[in-house]
Amino acid sequence: MRDIAIVAYHQSRAVADAGACNEVEMIMPVLNEVYGQVGINNAQDVDFVCSGSCDYMQGAAFAFVAGVDALGAVPPIKESHVEMDAAWALYESILKIRMGSAESALIYGFGKSSPGELPIVLSQQLDPYYLAPQWIDTVSLAAMQARLLLEQGVITERDMAAVVSRSRRNARQNPNAQLAGDISVDDVLAEETYLSPLRRVDCCPVSDGAAAMIICTEDKAREWGVPYALIRGIDHRIETHHIGMRDLTDSASTRLAAERAGVGDGPVDVAELYAPFSHQELILARALGLGEQTDINPSGGVLAGNLMMASGLARVGEVFNRIVAGEAQRGVAHATSGPCLQHNLVTVVEKA
Amino acid sequence: MADQQDTITGIDVPVYLKYNFTAGAGPARFLSQVKNGKLTGQRCPRCQQVYIPPRGSCAACGVATEEELVLPDKATVQSFTIVSIPIPNNPIKPPYIIANLVLDGANISFIHLMSECVNEDVRIGQRVQAVWKPEEEWDYSMDNIRYFKPLDEPDVPVAQIGKLPVSGWEGMSDA
Ligand SMILES: [Zn+2]
Repeated sequence: MRDIAIVAYHQSRAVADAGACNEVEMIMPVLNEVYGQVGINNAQDVDFVCSGSCDYMQGAAFAFVAGVDALGAVPPIKESHVEMDAAWALYESILKIRMGSAESALIYGFGKSSPGELPIVLSQQLDPYYLAPQWIDTVSLAAMQARLLLEQGVITERDMAAVVSRSRRNARQNPNAQLAGDISVDDVLAEETYLSPLRRVDCCPVSDGAAAMIICTEDKAREWGVPYALIRGIDHRIETHHIGMRDLTDSASTRLAAERAGVGDGPVDVAELYAPFSHQELILARALGLGEQTDINPSGGVLAGNLMMASGLARVGEVFNRIVAGEAQRGVAHATSGPCLQHNLVTVVEKA
Repeated sequence: MADQQDTITGIDVPVYLKYNFTAGAGPARFLSQVKNGKLTGQRCPRCQQVYIPPRGSCAACGVATEEELVLPDKATVQSFTIVSIPIPNNPIKPPYIIANLVLDGANISFIHLMSECVNEDVRIGQRVQAVWKPEEEWDYSMDNIRYFKPLDEPDVPVAQIGKLPVSGWEGMSDA
């Protein structure tokens, strides 16, 4: 199986409200940035394009089609879309290249979360049948999960606070972060609970923005003559949507995906985990088998800024940036979708 | 008694989601001009196509359309349909005409109503002009134009629809 190279990545700054900017206007600058990184003009210069977004966030059917206006799709291009995080658009693009149908692919994800009520929008999007009539939201579900972990003694509130404190501290080095600063574990614990046991700082913020990436075969990367990192493994697994049938204190799907992606085949220098809630980072680190030698979420992770439908791709992008910068040899990126870490994708990225 | 209750086969659970919709920076510039009775198109810096209403990018090239130009309110029928059935909550009584119209100087059509016309005579290439609401009713909306009515000008050949200059069709049609 031929290795696939990541050659370009960029994300917009995570902001609480992108204001008058519409989705196309959010996507275009990000695309121009990755075109510039490999020296191409537009989407005509890659073989395949795949995007990730969610029509529920715009509140309009087929809203994702409008995103194509950012591409320059005349003459026609080969284009596809996933109604989920763009990490899965990356997965589709990798399949496309491995099948020999493309040498290169542009992947982008975008989301303007601010116009709607995100916690309800997300629960309606993914489960409009079983739990929707109870009007349950994603934050309440996460709070239930945190409660389970605490009551079973798997984690403590101090563990959760430590995740928040490290995220904010790391985010100070990340120019794209929305929330950054010096906040100690005791500062976190002094805050009031929001949806008990979660404090507001335990929850990722609502952010607007976009991210884009270009991948290709190793031959193509050499032809473009740009620094690159290699995708050595990728796998995704999903658990049932019946929340009562899952063990919410573990992530069986992450564990399985990690095994299939080969996470344990070598040391992990850096890991970027898509944990929208502090306690979920602790679940994920365990499921991935990460230890002391791994730098977890050096970007601050999504607690510092969460670009819906782009944050999963952004995790891969963050690992890529660190490998290309020579700060790490091998890293793991994780993406999630659905309530309480229902669906998980794991990518292993290595120095070329 | 419990065992005599009717079987529940379904429940009604209406779903409402509220959004603060934003048109986008490009469309917002267009809408603020429409409120002043001006139709402002945006030109693509790469392929020179003029879009109205603009969406902020040239869909063909994938670049932002920054340059703006004011267009006249005369247009050409690109295609049309006669609506014969009533649509719920639509105050307009059928039969009426909905047409794709291309403004002079623009390269892409928008949908609007046609009236003051004989429905059976409406045709592709027909010249039309906007009939505006009174100025005091103008808002951030293309509804500031009540409808388009036929103009006494020769038809535009199909190949030239969407390619007229801002100066229009009069005089050009003889050439
Ligand atoms: Zn253009």
